[in-house]
Amino acid sequence: MGIALTFASPTGKLSIRPSNTIGQYNGPGVNVASEAKADSRTVRSMSADRVSYTLDSTLETVNNAEETAGRMAAEAGFDDEEIMKISMAVREAAVNAVLHGNAYDPSKKVTIAFERTAHDLVISIRDQGKGLDASKIPDPLAPDNLMKTSGRGIFLIRSFMDVVEIHPSQTGTELRMIKHVHGNPADSKEAPQ
Amino acid sequence: MSMKSSTRQVDGVTIVDLSGRITLGEGSIVLRETVRDLLSKGQKKILLNLGDVNYIDSSGIGELVSAFTTAKNQGGELKLLNLTKKVHDLLQITKLYTVFDVKDDETTAVKSFTK
Repeated sequence: MGIALTFASPTGKLSIRPSNTIGQYNGPGVNVASEAKADSRTVRSMSADRVSYTLDSTLETVNNAEETAGRMAAEAGFDDEEIMKISMAVREAAVNAVLHGNAYDPSKKVTIAFERTAHDLVISIRDQGKGLDASKIPDPLAPDNLMKTSGRGIFLIRSFMDVVEIHPSQTGTELRMIKHVHGNPADSKEAPQ
Repeated sequence: MSMKSSTRQVDGVTIVDLSGRITLGEGSIVLRETVRDLLSKGQKKILLNLGDVNYIDSSGIGELVSAFTTAKNQGGELKLLNLTKKVHDLLQITKLYTVFDVKDDETTAVKSFTK
């Protein structure tokens, strides 16, 4: 705690809410940078908030990712149960990135991006591993796999989120997940008449 | 964030009171070492009281499965007591709820172990 962090301020078009500031997301080796590329294909609307974190391949990253996800989900108006599901999905994705993707390699980083659009909370987690072949992930509910001590992470992510996409490549895996915001009072207030 | 564990004996059953989080890292390790320690001492009737476990991740689920299997393979019994809603729901969606022997009353749970 108390480690100085670097913070690249946005170029202007996107706003980062105060809760996304570095003060609530600190820890050794944590590098926080807001992404504000106006031409980024992942930015769906100019009113969206997007923040990304580049983190070391450590257990602390997993805990930080989970905590941040919970905070983002709360801000997006999700109820306690949905917040738990979102933060757990992010935790599992971060575990995959840190353990299975980067294998705790200190030279490899994990990038986590949160994007709030009018209707969704979009979270992507990228590692620098060999690339996850989703087709080779065994079904943890199959009788032969039920008593295995691992292999439930992706299943839980898919159970908790509305959309889950896994994009493997030779330079790593990006796991993108979306939770739809239902009946968010803040949204309805802002909706055009 | 971390998990705490304490044990007590009731009618030949070792009740392990757990509190906190069973997650990758410390929480999972505490659970693993507690169960291994009990089995090595011949205490093979183990009741894990999860009433104060407010969070568990896939690693923690794996650790529960491992504890259950390890106890069984050594001729012991491992049961779960007082699941919180979160843990109950997780065991339901992973289809493990029916695998574990889950109890919600300590006295009944203790009596259910093989004499």
